[in-house]
Amino acid sequence: MPKLTVDGIEVEVPQGATVLQACEAAGKEIPRFCYHERLSIAGNCRMCLVEVKPGPPKPQASCALPAADNQEIVTNSLTVKKAREGVLEFLLINHPLDCPICDQGGECDLQDETMAYGRGHNRYDENKRAVAEKYMGPVVKTFMTRCIHCTRCIRFMEEVAGVEDLGAVGRGEDMEITSYLEDALKSELSGNVVDLCPVGALTSKPYSFEARPWELRKTPAIDVMDAVGTNIRLDSRMREVMRALPRLNEDVNEEWASDKTRHAVDGLLRRRLDRPWIRVKGKLQQASWNEAFGAIAKAAKKAGSSVAAIAGDLVDVETMYAAKKLLASLGSDLVEGRQTGLDYDASNIAAVNFNTTIAGLETADVVLLVGTNPRWEASLVNTRIRKAVKRGAKVFAIGPEVDLTYPAAWLGNDLSLLAKLPKEAADALTGAARPAVIVGGAALKVPGGQAAALALVSAFNLIRDGWNGFNVLHTAAARTGGLMLGYAQAGGMAAIAEKAPKLLFMLGADEMDFASFAGATKVYIGHHGDKGAAAADIVLPGAAYSEKHGIYVNLEGRVQYSEKAVDPPGDAREDWSIFRALSEVLGKPLPFDSYSQLRQALFAEDPRFAQPELVAFDWAPPTLAAAKIAKGTEVAYPVQDFYLTNPIARSSPTLQRCSAEILHGQDFAEAAE
Amino acid sequence: MLEDKDRIFTNVYGFQPWNLKAARARGDWDDTKTLMALGQDAIIDIVKDSGLRGRGGAGFPTGMKWSFMPKEPTPGRPNFLVINADESEPGSCKDREIIRHDPHKLIEGALLAGFAMRARAAYIYIRGEFIREAETLFAAVQEAYDAGLLGKNAAKSGYDFDLFVHRGAGAYICGEETAMLESLEGKKGQPRLKPPFPAGAGLYGCPTTVNNVESIAVVPTILRRGAAWFRRFGREKNEGTKLFQISGHVNKPTVVEEAMSIPFRELIDRHAGGIRGGWENLLAVIPGGSSVPLVPAAEIMDAPMDFDGLKALGSGLGTAAIIVMDKSTDIVRAISRISYFYKHESCGQCTPCREGTGWMWRVMERLREGNADIHEIDTLYDVTKQVEGHTICALGDAAAWPIQGLIRHFRPELERRIEERQHQRLEAAE
Repeated sequence: MPKLTVDGIEVEVPQGATVLQACEAAGKEIPRFCYHERLSIAGNCRMCLVEVKPGPPKPQASCALPAADNQEIVTNSLTVKKAREGVLEFLLINHPLDCPICDQGGECDLQDETMAYGRGHNRYDENKRAVAEKYMGPVVKTFMTRCIHCTRCIRFMEEVAGVEDLGAVGRGEDMEITSYLEDALKSELSGNVVDLCPVGALTSKPYSFEARPWELRKTPAIDVMDAVGTNIRLDSRMREVMRALPRLNEDVNEEWASDKTRHAVDGLLRRRLDRPWIRVKGKLQQASWNEAFGAIAKAAKKAGSSVAAIAGDLVDVETMYAAKKLLASLGSDLVEGRQTGLDYDASNIAAVNFNTTIAGLETADVVLLVGTNPRWEASLVNTRIRKAVKRGAKVFAIGPEVDLTYPAAWLGNDLSLLAKLPKEAADALTGAARPAVIVGGAALKVPGGQAAALALVSAFNLIRDGWNGFNVLHTAAARTGGLMLGYAQAGGMAAIAEKAPKLLFMLGADEMDFASFAGATKVYIGHHGDKGAAAADIVLPGAAYSEKHGIYVNLEGRVQYSEKAVDPPGDAREDWSIFRALSEVLGKPLPFDSYSQLRQALFAEDPRFAQPELVAFDWAPPTLAAAKIAKGTEVAYPVQDFYLTNPIARSSPTLQRCSAEILHGQDFAEAAE
Repeated sequence: MLEDKDRIFTNVYGFQPWNLKAARARGDWDDTKTLMALGQDAIIDIVKDSGLRGRGGAGFPTGMKWSFMPKEPTPGRPNFLVINADESEPGSCKDREIIRHDPHKLIEGALLAGFAMRARAAYIYIRGEFIREAETLFAAVQEAYDAGLLGKNAAKSGYDFDLFVHRGAGAYICGEETAMLESLEGKKGQPRLKPPFPAGAGLYGCPTTVNNVESIAVVPTILRRGAAWFRRFGREKNEGTKLFQISGHVNKPTVVEEAMSIPFRELIDRHAGGIRGGWENLLAVIPGGSSVPLVPAAEIMDAPMDFDGLKALGSGLGTAAIIVMDKSTDIVRAISRISYFYKHESCGQCTPCREGTGWMWRVMERLREGNADIHEIDTLYDVTKQVEGHTICALGDAAAWPIQGLIRHFRPELERRIEERQHQRLEAAE
């Protein structure tokens, strides 16, 4: 623990800390451009220069200098002030100063630091450098003349995203950041370089020239594109969500967000259900709320207690709770959330939970992936595995080979390997101090898959002191919350279909098999006109995740509260209130009249939802009959097109283009010119 | 004056062949085994004792540098010796002469130095433009391998040592020691942040010493003739002999080995045939390659040519690449050309050098024609100060110093040009 003084203030910092961190610990602001906590140290911007004694008589880059005992750091001397002014002057001589037309304006590090540390006038009379724009795909817009060569983007792509798509070519003044062949960046995390860029060189393409940061209302929310529960900030203006940015949460997403999280918001104003619809003679026709409710009441009267509800992937806990209560009042408990037909045993949630936790996964030393492609199913879990690999972890995988951005030993696409792992993998797991097994939906789908996976727990002692290495990787934001509410029938969707309910509520369920419910009156409650609405008899317009307060439980069992950014469009209503109004029509009024009453009722029934924190599920795995998995049983990953997994994403033109360009090789570069 | 019997580089002019047979006849590889039998620490002590200072420009004591290397390398993390033959400094041309005419001095030195610092292998990073030199070096290394002087049981000493030659691709910055390591590793040649220094984490993260060709090539002779012999030449703390490279406005430009601390006048008169047009015609001298500040005629004439003597004049010995300029020189243009060189060779990694070198060159170009204001001279000086000492490597300093030297010694000339131009402009306007 080195002890040193910063401007006379004594501080003690952890071993291995840098001088910059010591200065921050002493409450001193050190300006920087290239330094970033989560990236390797480049030390190239020279903005963080401070005086260090003992040491050479010239200012030192504090970001790269290890803090040592008895150092004296000076951050407020004339030398330091002049050094900062000098660096800023150099950065600005070839910077275009086109702030009025730059999207970074108002949230630009260069602007802010020039205001705080700059000299305030210009001594440079020569011509400025101009750099040709580079094509970086559908997400990142470039304006390379503004680039200050901090190399954060290069380091991010290489170190975090694991895709070596960016680099610097040329030397000196002529150095340029480029993807060289000027293809789209082949990463699902490329949008993060926009946040990392301290200037306006890399900006968001879909958001370009849309808004200024000071006109946006900022709302903390939770992303629903996957089960990670990325903490996001929705920036909205009037009734439109302009963009989604990640919020810092060390336990979940650090400060990253996937491109799907960022650009799904472009789908929030398209293909929306903004009024009720009723199917008349095979065609959906516009209706009023009263007509729609009337039609449901009629169907409900016929159905009696033969009612079921299917929850989709994006639904919040409150909606599922309200629907479950309504069904209960009608005398049914047929609720199911695993719409694609998974039927694993969910009697013990710990046995289908991500027990290692997302952050804990970083410390694993051997990871076995069973039928999961984490890069697409949970991109920000994949970055944690990548981190673990960088620390020396070994990764084994069962399933079709994909590029995970880190080296993995592919054992083959044969789930029967679970019963007898190849020696190399078995030895590694046996010898591991912190072994982790990650089971994906593809493996759970295979009969006997869950039992075989759970058998690994005892075979390799996955649960030990302070460590639970058994993980199930869900792909739906609604999943764990749904499981906690009981949205899991023994037998899954097939069991419900067998009971042939006469009235079926589909809560944003778009990926289910509609044909098996041919005899039911199907009521779709959701926000986008997608497959579910097309199959429904009655459509009720609900609210998307940005338009309602909501509780989401992520794949590791972390309860998170999302806030409402804007109102739902047109006649659409928040989902819970639809059920409340419907219950009135059906003559069985639900016992809450407001959102806060709903939450109170929910909390009273299940206090685990009352605190936004990690829920501790008791480990009590079910004893499952061990079904033999036939040799050569192949699995197919549930996510086949990363960018188009749900109705919101499918409506987003940005993500449609990402899919076409990055996954299907369609060429947009020339058309853009 | 250095007598012929005291010369280390006896074939610097290539009068004899470079090959192993000729080199052996000149005394190279003579009982190298016995030299190695002195022991690793003893060799380092002799080099320390000889007072040898690094010949690459910075003048850091070579023996001391070697002693920073771990005495017992950990398995899987061997020590490495890297020899800097990326001689790109404008004015400098000594390593080339050594490599093409006396490569076995370098190869034997590499073995001895590598043995002393417990290096598993040495890498010679040779400048890409040195095509014939590289061919010679490859051939000489092969000769040494064939003769059992390198490789397993090198020179029958019982020590295993490999020597690799790596060709650069023509970037000046790869002569900076950490940029060279990056380049050797196959990356873009950009200097690393220090600390950690190469002796702690260098090539492939292993302890590494980077030495100049001349520093290594003199080692066998020092070991054979003793530290005391080497220390006889030159002033205290500047001992030894040195290859001086004299170019520019002298009657006979040459590369010559001389004792350190020889006065400038004696060096030029004896070896370079005097200044073109006589000593009265001398304008200024850049005594150590393009990156050191120039010294005006009056100050340099009787100065001792060594590290401390030139430091006292506000310049430096550098690589002892002496660029002589007589009064026909457009001194501003000369420095402006050097500025262009640094602008062209800046790697672009850190801000002050990337942006500053271009700015300085552009102002220099205008000052050359007098197309500037008087106050811009001060601005330029301020900009050089903003670059100096604020960069990752020394290229920023090297770009700043020539301009600082110019302003320090030739400010009246700069002002004269500006005034003349302004006067012309006024006349034209009338």
